[in-house]
Amino acid sequence: MSPLLSVEGVTLRYRTSESLVTATYRVSFNVCVADRFVILGPSGCGKSTILKAVGGFIRPVEGEIRLKGRAVEGPGPDRVFVFQEFDQLLPWKTVQENIVFALTASGKLRGPEAKDRAMHVIRKVNLADFAAAYPHTLSGGMKQRAAIARAMAMEPEILLMDEPFAALDALTRSRMQEELLQLWEETKFTVLFVTHSISEAVRLGSRILVLSTRPGQVRAEVNSSGADHADASGKKLSARLNDLLFEEQRA
Amino acid sequence: MPERPEVVNQVSTVGLDVVEKPLGAWNTIYANGAVRKTALLILLAAAWEGYARWLGNSLLFPTFFSTVAALFSAIGSGELPRAAGFTIKLLLKGYVAGVVLAALFTAFATYTRLGADLLEILTGMFNPLPSIALLPLALIWFGLGDGSVIFVLIHAVLWVVALNTFAGFRAISPTLRMVGRNYGLSNLGYTTRILIPGAFPSILTGLKVGWAFAWRTLIAAELVFGVSSGSGGLGWYIFEHKNQLLIPQVFAGLLTVILFGLFVENLIFKVIENRTVRRWGMQS
Repeated sequence: MSPLLSVEGVTLRYRTSESLVTATYRVSFNVCVADRFVILGPSGCGKSTILKAVGGFIRPVEGEIRLKGRAVEGPGPDRVFVFQEFDQLLPWKTVQENIVFALTASGKLRGPEAKDRAMHVIRKVNLADFAAAYPHTLSGGMKQRAAIARAMAMEPEILLMDEPFAALDALTRSRMQEELLQLWEETKFTVLFVTHSISEAVRLGSRILVLSTRPGQVRAEVNSSGADHADASGKKLSARLNDLLFEEQRA
Repeated sequence: MPERPEVVNQVSTVGLDVVEKPLGAWNTIYANGAVRKTALLILLAAAWEGYARWLGNSLLFPTFFSTVAALFSAIGSGELPRAAGFTIKLLLKGYVAGVVLAALFTAFATYTRLGADLLEILTGMFNPLPSIALLPLALIWFGLGDGSVIFVLIHAVLWVVALNTFAGFRAISPTLRMVGRNYGLSNLGYTTRILIPGAFPSILTGLKVGWAFAWRTLIAAELVFGVSSGSGGLGWYIFEHKNQLLIPQVFAGLLTVILFGLFVENLIFKVIENRTVRRWGMQS
């Protein structure tokens, strides 16, 4: 089966005011349809930068990113982002209007159809009572749910999630993870999910890419069933991931 | 260490009284901003009346009631409405032209680096320059008439609106920018659907300050150069009655300027603010 998204030998650099930073070095991986592909790594390993490159906001200096065989040239509504920040909803639009905005701005749907689709996804993320609320009146978890609803309404080829639950409290975070898995069971979308939390990666991922510290390079790529099972040698997945992430520092 | 048993309680809200108590009448009235402001205005008018009566010199400081009487008789005779209408028409022409030019300038500055530099240099040069100082020159260029006044009005509005709008565009969070790009907005859509609403708090500030600048400039221009094209505006009304020592009329003219300022600030801009930035939670 040919992959939906292929990242091949991608090196990413960005310029700060003082220096040129190499965020990732020759990273390669493939994401298949209906994968829950998690990129796991310590902070500063360039995982968010990879996601932005897949989103088309940054161009790789080396290597190639292809979606369904076509090279990624710039941002587009076939790869929809869910950011970590709570300010990703347009403050001047209600929850429903935010979703309608996404649908109409991209030219996907218009008029009553867009509104219906918006209400449909709002119900899916349990925000029906808040469809007419402005973002500043919502809690952090509700804002993230609305952002996920907006992304899902687009039915993109691939959902790009940049630590969407990182700024939430532990209880809300755990519930949101549960809800995300449920949504995935219903629609089997493809998602590329960036996190620095081992437990989140184990719980959400079907396949986990482990990156080393800066510049980010592929350390490993492992499978996960979501239940943190022990492998043949009796080691739990989370313990293996922990070793993969930290052994280089101990050595 | 003694072993402690676990405790589990059943929590129920049945039988609880309502936990909310309505506010008293005084608190409800005091919470209303319009009531508070009206009370303050009445207090100020009373202070005015009291001081003028104590002074007892209507040439220096007429009483509040004689000013109001003069105001009503001038409105009744049609003299004041004509002057105010003349001033406001001119003001709107200059203001709209200034805002449109500011929009063009800012658009140019947003999409080209050279435009941004140009805007920075021009606002740096012209923003501190009082528009009224340009009037003598404008009179030479455009002659005695609306043209020269509109020119100085544009100068009064353009730079401050452009500066605030551009600063607002720059302050929009990178996340919102990426959201706009992510959903595939074109340049025009990006400007109208992300940049302008996102920068609306500072655009509104620019519009307000520009409005005040234009108002002052226009009244000053009329005071100095008076009848520019046959009929006079509010500034000329004030100047003329001062010459005739009709001080209550002078106060009535000033009061009109103040009332119009209050009207625009508290009704027009306030309503826009309540319906946009406050409702969106971008301003508390």
